[in-house]
Amino acid sequence: MEEHIVIIGNGISGVTTARHIRKLSDKKITIVSAETDHFFSRTALMYIYMGHMKYEHTKPYEDYFWSKNRIELKRGYVTTVNTDAQSLQFSDGSHMTYDKLVLALGSKPNKFGWPGQDLKGVQGLYSKQDLDMLEENAPDAKSCKRAVIVGGGLIGIEMAEMLRSRDIPVTFLVREKSFWNSVLPDGESAMLNRHIKSHHIDLRLNTNLDEILSDKNGRVRAVKIKETSEELACDVVGLTAGVSPNIDFLKDSKIECGRGVKVNRQLETNIPNVYAIGDCAQQREAIGLRRSIEAVWYTGRMMGETLAQTICGRPMPYNPGHWFNSAKFLDIEYQTYGWVFSKPLEGHTHFHWIHQDDDKCITIELNEKDRTFKGINIFGIRMRHEIFDRWLTENRSTDYVVEHLRDANFDPEFFKGFEKDILSAYNDHFGTQLQLKKKSWKRIFTTS
Amino acid sequence: MKAIKYTGLVLFLIGLSIFTATLFLGSFTLSKADITEFTNSRNIKSELLQSKLESAVVGQQINSVFTFSSLTRAALESANQEHKNREEWDKVVWDKPHTFSFYLAKKAGSGYVKENSGLLWWLTFGLAIIGALLFILPNVILLGAPGIKNDGIYHKASTNRGWIAWGVLIYLVGFYLLLYFMPDYVVNWTFILDPISQALNGGPASQWFVYGFLYCTVMVVMGVRMYIKYRHNKYQVLRTTSVLFFQIIFAFLIPEIMYSLNMPGYDFKNAFPLDYDFFFEWNLDTLTSSGAIGLFILVWGIVLTLIIVPVMVYFFGKRWYCSWVCGCGGLAETLGDPYRQHSDKSMRAWKIERWLIHSVLVFSLVMTVVTLYCYFSGAEAFLGIKSQWIKDTYSFLIGAWFAGVIGTGFYPIFGNRVWCRFGCPLAAYLGMVQRFKSRFRITTNGGQCISCGNCSTYCEQGIDVRAYAQKGENIIRSSCVGCGICSAVCPRGVLKLENGPEKGRINPTQVLLGNDVDLMDYVNKSNPQ
Repeated sequence: MEEHIVIIGNGISGVTTARHIRKLSDKKITIVSAETDHFFSRTALMYIYMGHMKYEHTKPYEDYFWSKNRIELKRGYVTTVNTDAQSLQFSDGSHMTYDKLVLALGSKPNKFGWPGQDLKGVQGLYSKQDLDMLEENAPDAKSCKRAVIVGGGLIGIEMAEMLRSRDIPVTFLVREKSFWNSVLPDGESAMLNRHIKSHHIDLRLNTNLDEILSDKNGRVRAVKIKETSEELACDVVGLTAGVSPNIDFLKDSKIECGRGVKVNRQLETNIPNVYAIGDCAQQREAIGLRRSIEAVWYTGRMMGETLAQTICGRPMPYNPGHWFNSAKFLDIEYQTYGWVFSKPLEGHTHFHWIHQDDDKCITIELNEKDRTFKGINIFGIRMRHEIFDRWLTENRSTDYVVEHLRDANFDPEFFKGFEKDILSAYNDHFGTQLQLKKKSWKRIFTTS
Repeated sequence: MKAIKYTGLVLFLIGLSIFTATLFLGSFTLSKADITEFTNSRNIKSELLQSKLESAVVGQQINSVFTFSSLTRAALESANQEHKNREEWDKVVWDKPHTFSFYLAKKAGSGYVKENSGLLWWLTFGLAIIGALLFILPNVILLGAPGIKNDGIYHKASTNRGWIAWGVLIYLVGFYLLLYFMPDYVVNWTFILDPISQALNGGPASQWFVYGFLYCTVMVVMGVRMYIKYRHNKYQVLRTTSVLFFQIIFAFLIPEIMYSLNMPGYDFKNAFPLDYDFFFEWNLDTLTSSGAIGLFILVWGIVLTLIIVPVMVYFFGKRWYCSWVCGCGGLAETLGDPYRQHSDKSMRAWKIERWLIHSVLVFSLVMTVVTLYCYFSGAEAFLGIKSQWIKDTYSFLIGAWFAGVIGTGFYPIFGNRVWCRFGCPLAAYLGMVQRFKSRFRITTNGGQCISCGNCSTYCEQGIDVRAYAQKGENIIRSSCVGCGICSAVCPRGVLKLENGPEKGRINPTQVLLGNDVDLMDYVNKSNPQ
């Protein structure tokens, strides 16, 4: 009998693990999910509400894919994990045994104990169920006169964009002095503030939620703002103040948890044959400058790729390469390669360039002394992942990066380039005399 | 703004209704002299037909083209039948009945439409154009700042296969059926455009002139929509300009002007085998008897297909033709853009696509071989295939039904590239070059894909772009026409159409960029595909 690998969670982490185990072995694989029958792209949920796509378009694999690859899908909600008996109990009373268990549980929206946080019309936006709920709570501007979003991060801005696509007035409460300023440097964050307001979103910075007020039917009727005690009438409240690992049902198991499921570099928990990956995994010691819990699509996938090797007899630590990420803020795309912090690290400095149209900017974090390139945030311009990854590995100087910026450009053909502007701003800033190099296919494809 | 939009919509619908209603107007009278003149000009030897036509229509005023058509067709068919029975083959008139009736109706028609063609032009084309523009132009403001605006596409009956989409389908299919198979029924449309036709080529408008004019008009109006929708995207703006230019100048104006100069009208960008009748006898005869220009066209047509097309595909991919030059592509990218999301992305559809499109290519080549063999040898058939039969079959099945009725008529339900994806033999040929010998690719940006599916959803060619992007692989597909919309709608900057070195163009991967470099090396090298 082949080993039975059970994966709880059919998100990107769990599904990547399953796919790679199947590439490497004939093990029996079961993916368990309480959310949906099939894997879908969580990042695309917003586009369903906005009418860009239908649910079926968010499924990266056709439905026959799973049986063709002998990956069994089980729809069910796990209530208990018995690691002694290596068995799972489901809410319908049924059981399933495993030889190896992969916890790819994902996250749930944070609730910080606000009064009224469980009222009808108050919701986060993470799961397919949350999306269905939003469709019910805010079908159009007639039945939803105003929505208030609490928490200025990536999901908050997505939710604001979604609601605006149906002309629903949105008030966006952000605790920080500027949008996503704990992650983004001031210049970028300020540009996004202006962009958000230009989309007719009522952005309130330095503003905290005090409580959510109920009508007589247990439905939200308004929110109260802490600083001003102002009452804002609304029909929907979006709670988007971050997410945390979805691990409540493990409380009574022997699996060691902190904020997430504690794992070592092999992604193993304290219990043999039980692993955790993706949003729910908490590294015992953070890797490099990374956070110990990384709730990001890409890291979930990378953990899945790595864990499949370990499970198939080639134990390997989770050892991610250079940090990268991306997002889109309304009309402005964002990419980041390497590390750029909101305030430069000790011994580092920032070089910031912003375009006069106020919809494009970059920030480079570099070593103050030798100007070694550490990372770049890019807004409104697309750049090549491969090139920046290589430059980071090669420890290039920022001078080199800025001179060769045309190699990195990934905007569609015929787009106007901004490399010249950036270079001249750089020369002004550092008193250098750098010259822009022509784009070279040879350099772009040297190693790939 | 919304008020302007709805006013525009109403005007457009009024224009379209009048345009449709004109089909039912007009009266048709022929004198004996008219019929004699007609039979002489068309070199018809049948007195029987002449007398049957005379007794059918002369001396009466027929107030509908449909009645007129059935009377003249009945006369033609009964005359032909008698000649056939008597084996008087030279007296049989081989014109298709509706075409024959069209020629007569063109002569016989009179009435309000014909006498007021200028006014009617404004009430039909004019109103519809102004209405459509009023409907489209407010989007500059209503859509907000430049950027991808696909909000609500799957909520609307027009773009989500609702009742409006089905209505459009029925109208388009009806239009093509009339145009291809019952041209006499649309003779009133040709009256509206007679003055414009006279000005351009010195002759009255045929149904094909109506089609060409309408085609250009629709492309320009819907091109304005493209300009507004993708005004942040220079690739789309240039591409739209290019297809409009080639349609209006190359497909429409140059052939018309050539006619007026007594040359064979030729669309210099229309390459064989899309231009499937290029090697038909009548065309070869026309070209060889048209002096230097005919010879030039003949050589150009052959060079275009054998050298220019593949060389350009090597450097730029098939997009240079399919989404920058071609008329079918041009209509698909303008009129068809609102429907691009309806192409089927399933593996099954891909399989059907490969069988169908390559079968059509083989069909067109077999037809051409048979035709050319018969042309040069004087035989009637080759390998047991009759030249006339295979040409008629291809023209009917592929030329009319597949490319026209289905290819365009089905836009609102099956997407805007049904013909280009499943049927076009030129696309099949370009696709092979693109797949095996080209610098073109859609580059996937390392590990940045989030599998959201926008690229696949909006791929008009039904390519599951995401399937490649989420593996970090470049997209190399014979069917890709390089419209660039996948790259435009990608929210994370993952896709870029580019022409680069052939080496490394196809790059199968297992583990994506961003992970442990040792793992990437190990997995990607130990699993060469």
